[in-house]
Amino acid sequence: MSSSATPTGRRTPLYDEHVRAGAKIVDFVGWAMPMYYRGIVGEHRLVREAVGLFDVSHMGEFVLTGADALASLDRIVTNRVGALTEGRVQLSLMCNEDGGILDDLLVYRLPGRYMLVVNAANREKDLAWVRDHVQGDTHVEDVSDETALVAVQGPASEDVLGRVADADVASLPYYYSAAVTVAGRETLVSRTGYTGEDGFEIYCAPDDASSVWGALLEAGAGSGIEPVGLGARDTLRLEMGYALYGSEMDETRTPVEAGLLWITKLDKGDFIGREVIAARKEKGPHERLVGFELLDRGVPRKDQRIVAGGEPVGLVTSGSYSPSLDKGIGLGYVPPGVGDAIEVAIRARIIPARIVGLPLYREGSVRRRRADAASRSTAR
Amino acid sequence: MAEAGLKFTKSHEWIRVEGGDAVVGLTDYAQGELGDIVFIEQPEKGKDIASGDVLTTVESVKSVSEIFAPVSGEVVDANAALDDDPSLINSDPYGQGWIAKIRLRDKSEIDGTMTAEEYEELTKG
Repeated sequence: MSSSATPTGRRTPLYDEHVRAGAKIVDFVGWAMPMYYRGIVGEHRLVREAVGLFDVSHMGEFVLTGADALASLDRIVTNRVGALTEGRVQLSLMCNEDGGILDDLLVYRLPGRYMLVVNAANREKDLAWVRDHVQGDTHVEDVSDETALVAVQGPASEDVLGRVADADVASLPYYYSAAVTVAGRETLVSRTGYTGEDGFEIYCAPDDASSVWGALLEAGAGSGIEPVGLGARDTLRLEMGYALYGSEMDETRTPVEAGLLWITKLDKGDFIGREVIAARKEKGPHERLVGFELLDRGVPRKDQRIVAGGEPVGLVTSGSYSPSLDKGIGLGYVPPGVGDAIEVAIRARIIPARIVGLPLYREGSVRRRRADAASRSTAR
Repeated sequence: MAEAGLKFTKSHEWIRVEGGDAVVGLTDYAQGELGDIVFIEQPEKGKDIASGDVLTTVESVKSVSEIFAPVSGEVVDANAALDDDPSLINSDPYGQGWIAKIRLRDKSEIDGTMTAEEYEELTKG
């Protein structure tokens, strides 16, 4: 093990905060980002049990305006943008003409405009694709460098944000957004996240990021809030079975294989890739994304072989130790018809494993809040 | 802080000589670099090993690292407590986080390892 050299790479507005907090900084797609501060396992558990704070300012944001922006968007992304009322947010995919997934993204309908939030790794690719494929009166502005993004996630996040927000964030529904003043700074807040816990994503000007970050850390001190790095962000999303671009999704796979037809509205009218996706759905995919847990000690990793009936049948696309379940878990692709009993080849050993339904972790507060809301409405 | 009375290797293992055996583990510096340790393959008991061979692998959430045998001999014991709680390597690297016990074949191999002061110098840089 050699000592870490000074990390190169682009820095978010919060880089100095991370260094001050003792983060282990690593390169992530050309950005110098915090992998962890105290440790991945502790930070993961903190988000599940209380509240954690993430800097995800490296992500890309594009704003679309113009009379044809909606029509352009509905041709470019797979979900039904036309169904969005003002303030609503929607998970979507962008596919190429072969139905191959270019990225997953959030689409926000905001007053007078739409905002796309894309993965940091795909910023340039996505911007070029959107610019090339919008039509008519549609203006595309890349606001990524003018936008910082902080995510507060965990069952206590509503309380914490509520202490520094001028609006009633408790009543903001899941996948809705609103303009909110946080610690005296103008922000856009959405009740979204990538952890499976209740939480909010807060968009603000880069110059306001430190103030927002600091205000949340202070407001959350009583709840035990800490900054949380990309390491725990990955273990949290993996427990939820959320696909990650570059692992479960890439241009060689359509939404059918990736299990993402639920955000692909084949009946909304034409969009790029629709024909191929519809045909693949009709024919049936040659592989499907599954989640699994190991039945013996070990940690599955990307690109390890999945074995069924003694034969290699697929590959692990994401694997890790699950702090909440205390076992190795992963996602991978197998042919349809493979039963639940599988094995994973981890270096010299063949470890028994079991395909399980997603999410792998079922106690997240997003789920619990929705269940509570549903039971309240049926009780009426 | 590297503990006095132990010997150290460049690849961040420590050795405590107990009679004809060497108890080995990972240093505090190493566990800090690795982060939270979530899994360790148990070294094979009875296995004959040469100095510099891979003793076993240890995994953090993000990485897999090899641990090298600092001495030659027979693996006579492995720390079973690490099966249930691999984080002992992080929390108590010189005590409850010990990894294996090797019956020494050639005690003079210890002379080639570093003192605590020498190891401190190495990791300070």
